[in-house]
This record gives sequence, C-alpha cells and structure tokens, in this order.
Amino acid sequence: MSAAAQDIATRNAVIARAIIYAVLILFAVYYLLPLYVMLANSLKPLDEIRQGNMLALPQEWTIAPWLSAWSTAQIGVQPTGLKPYFLNSVLMVVPAVAISTILGALNGYVLTKWRFRGDNIVFGLMLLSCFIPFQIVLIPSARILGLLGLAGTVPGLVLIHAVYGLGFTTLFFRNYYEAFPNELVRAAQIDGATFFQIFRRILLPSSGPIIVVTVIWQFTNIWNDFLFGSSFSSVDSIPITVALNNLVNSSTGVKEYNVHFAGAILAALPTLIVYIVSGRYFVRGLMAGAVKG
Amino acid sequence: MAQTQAEIVPVLTRRQSRAPKEVLQDWLPKLVLAPSFAIVLLFVYGFILFTVVLSFTGSKLLPDFSTWVGFSNYVRLFNHPNWLTSLKNLAIFASLYVIVCSVLGLGLAILLDQKIRAEGLIRPIYLYPMALSFIVTGVAWKWFLDPGIGLEHIVKDLGWESFSFRWIKDGQMAIYTIVIAAVWQSSGFVMAMFLAGLRGVDNEVIKAAQIDGASTVTIYRRIIIPLMRPVFLSAFVVLAHLAIKSYDLVVAMTDGGPGTSTWTPALFMQKFTFGRNEMGMGASSAIIMMMMIFSIIVPYLYSELRGERRT
Repeated sequence: MSAAAQDIATRNAVIARAIIYAVLILFAVYYLLPLYVMLANSLKPLDEIRQGNMLALPQEWTIAPWLSAWSTAQIGVQPTGLKPYFLNSVLMVVPAVAISTILGALNGYVLTKWRFRGDNIVFGLMLLSCFIPFQIVLIPSARILGLLGLAGTVPGLVLIHAVYGLGFTTLFFRNYYEAFPNELVRAAQIDGATFFQIFRRILLPSSGPIIVVTVIWQFTNIWNDFLFGSSFSSVDSIPITVALNNLVNSSTGVKEYNVHFAGAILAALPTLIVYIVSGRYFVRGLMAGAVKG
Repeated sequence: MAQTQAEIVPVLTRRQSRAPKEVLQDWLPKLVLAPSFAIVLLFVYGFILFTVVLSFTGSKLLPDFSTWVGFSNYVRLFNHPNWLTSLKNLAIFASLYVIVCSVLGLGLAILLDQKIRAEGLIRPIYLYPMALSFIVTGVAWKWFLDPGIGLEHIVKDLGWESFSFRWIKDGQMAIYTIVIAAVWQSSGFVMAMFLAGLRGVDNEVIKAAQIDGASTVTIYRRIIIPLMRPVFLSAFVVLAHLAIKSYDLVVAMTDGGPGTSTWTPALFMQKFTFGRNEMGMGASSAIIMMMMIFSIIVPYLYSELRGERRT
C-alpha cells in the first residue's frame, strides 16, 4: 500500500468514527430530551411556557411548581398535592416487595434443591402467570378483594401486587439457585441440617445479587403500576401513578404544565434513583425477566 | 436380586419407625411451596376460568351467572366498531413498535460495540427511560407533542411559521404519537439485549473472517446479525406482549382520543367493563387478549424450557 492510499484509509477511518460518535450523541440527546423538557419547564412560571419556548431554560427560576405539585395541587376534588399519594405508594410497595421476594426465594429453593415429581409443571404454571394480560383477572380480583373486605384499601393493593409478582420472583430465584452446587446442600443434609437451616446458612448468604435484582424489579414494577392502582383503589388508597394521571388529565381549571412536569418527576424519582444507584442490577433484572434467565 | 432386596428392607423399616419430626422434614418443602402454588392456581388460573365463564354470560354491571348467552358476547365484540378500531390500532402499534425498537436497538448496539470510549456514559442514558412509568412517559410526550406549547410551537418560535405538527390531535395520526413515546421508552432496553448478544459472539469467528478479507459490513451482515437470531426472537416476544398489554401509555397520552381513534384492546376491556357496564363483553375482550399473548408466549416458553432440559 502506498503512503497516499494509507492516508486515505486512515482519513476514512477517522470520518467513520466521527459519524459513529455523532449518531450516538444524537440519540443520547433524543433520550434525554423529554427529561430535560420536564425539568426545565418545571422550574418556569406558567406564562413562560405558554409564550416562550419549551426547549429554553427558565428566564425566571422558580420552585413554586414543585411545592404546588407536592402539597397543594388539585387532585380529584382535594387540593392535597401528590404527597398523600406518594405515601400510599410507599406503603403499598414496601410490604408487597418484601412478601413476594421472600416467597419467591423459598419457592426457588424448593423447586431446585427439593425436587419432586411434577415440579416442572408447578414451575411452568407459575412462569406462565408472569405473562397473562392482567385484564383477565381484573373482574374476579375486584370480587375477591370485596369478599375479603380489602376493596379500595392499601392492604388490598399489597395483596394483589404480591400475588401477581410471585411468578417473577420465583423465576428469578429458581434460575439463580439452579446454578448453586447441589453437593453443598447434600453435604449439609448428611450433617443433619434441617430444611430451613440449609436455606438460612447455605443458600441465603450467597443470594445477595439475586435479592437485589428481585427487589429492584419488583419495586420498579409495583411503583410504576397503573392498571391495578386505577382499578382497585379508592380516594384513600390511590397510588402516585394514578394521582399523577388525575392531576394531568383533570378537565377542569387551567392546565398548569409546570406543575404537571414537577409532579411527573416526583413520581419518577424513586425508580430513577434506584436506577442511578444500581443500574447494573436493574439491567440484569430486565434481562432475566425478558429472556427468562 | 437378593442384594437389592436386602437394601430395600432396612430402608423400609427405618421409614416406618421414623420420628414425626423427620416425617415433617420430608413434607416441609412441599408445605412451603404449597401456599404460593395454591395462590397462583386460584388467582391466576381460577380467575381465568372465572372470566372465561363470565364471557358466556349476559353480565352487565356485576357478574351474573344466571343468564347464559353462549357466544353472543364474542359475536357482538367482533361486530363492534370500537373493538375493530382497537384491533386495527394494535396492529399498527405492535408492528411499528416491534420493528422500530428492533432496528434502532440493533443499530445502536452495533455502533456502541465499536470500542466507544464513552460507552459507560452513553449506555445508561439510552436505558433510563425503562425505569420510568408509562404514565410519566405519557405526560412528558403528551405536552411535548401538544401543538399549543410543544414541538409545533417551538419550531414556529424558531421562525418556521407554517410548520404544523398536530398528530396527537388528529384521529388519523394520533396512534403514531403513541408509537413515538413507546419506542422512546423501550428501544434502549432492546439495545441492551442486542449489546449483550454482540458481546457473546465468539471473537475467533470474526478474526477468521477478517483474515479471509471480509469487510466489516460483510462480517456484520453475513456472520454477526444472523447469530443474533435468538435475541431477535426474545425481543419480539417481549415487545409483542408489551404491545398487547399497552394501556397506561394510551391513557396518559390520549385516553383513547380524539374520539375513539386510539383505543387499544386493553383500553376497550377497561372502558366496557367498568365504564359502560358491559361486563360480559369486557370479559370476552380480555379472553381474546389472553389468546393473543399465549399464542406468542407459550411456544416460546415451551421451546426455552425444553432447550434447558437438553443442555
């Protein structure tokens, strides 16, 4: 190859890399744009949004929309802001995640280390339950919540989320424990360790990563849920996603875009923080949930 | 023969004389699993059965099992213009959502796999929308695409006075705005799936092709992309089943409007069951949704589980 040809080759390579970077940066802008729009406009007075440009930074910075979204905005009939609904979501998420994760861990342990005839059918049925369209269980769920006296309550939502999360948590732990050496379990058994002792002393200490993945997955799904929240809550138990939708889509009064954006970020904040703090586990959960493990 | 008998006998006698505590240990695993399994049987499969039966009744506001109507809910469903609109929207939404997400996901994954220095910075930016709820995504895009304050207003503000972008207010085009928002939310995740797939490709294969003088484009087209077949399949299954379930995003962006132009099957089910007191028809629409999802997911899970046993 002559020197000139080599020059052209390196120049082409440089151009190709420049194009690759340009495309990648362009898409980064595309993914960040809505977040930027929400953030910039949540810090503007309403007039500035109506008259100005949504892409512009605020000329007059204000946190009034945030305060309004949190504690005084009109949601439904009450001017309470999102605060009480944020709290409802916390009260709903924490027990639902805890219950479904603990049960999922025990199920995964039994399905891999105490295999029995038909265990694959049990697992298959639990696995399939992850994918059902929840519309198909809405009507009977409403009935059973009514029968249990839990209709329209936070505990009712906890029950529903724990139940319909079981398939996924079982799947996660089952796939994780499948790779755990059976010899260790057998050795402990010979030493006379009981069922729960083996779980507590042998499997649990090495379950850290899968517990994190499961908790993040369940937390994100339950916090972001809208269908169950809108179907089974009453005034006192509305979760944040439903409250946000009521705030934005209420047909009365002036549309306070800046308050809507502040509210949307407030609703997204917990899952965003989880993502930023532990993105690696978050992605692993997505993959496991998507590609079965 | 005698030998095995000798082995069996002591085991049997030991078993008969076992302490209750040991018997409990034998049953404990099943006892631990039983509540979860019973709950899934009742809340999932029992409830599905309940809804199936309901779809053959004339239930209106409440479940009513005394009026048996056969298939008439299904007949009414498939003659109802709103259901046909929902199916048409699902077809448009699902195909565009799956295709655009896959193409974008694969393309970005390939670009990001070129030893990009800032990968650690770019990847999380592409993926974060997946952490948001569809309601938040819906709010952001609803106002960004709103002609009054959003994109149209911005472009006009920049000096292009005749620019018009009012898809979200246009019954013919509104469904495409939902595609835009949904692709924004999910394409980063599909990118991550393809990136994981690309990282799993054996380097030796690529090196061999390079020695044979294949260009980068040829290597991707002939070798690497065909190797991504399982990822395409997983992405298809995940995206298609999300598309069939799509509900929150539509509610947040258009709530089915303008008119009924952005109804989807999930929205139909909700509106008919709880809004219009047509529980029988609502149930039958849910059954159709389940059949659509199962026709995608059951063969997939079956082949995955079978493959697992073989290896």
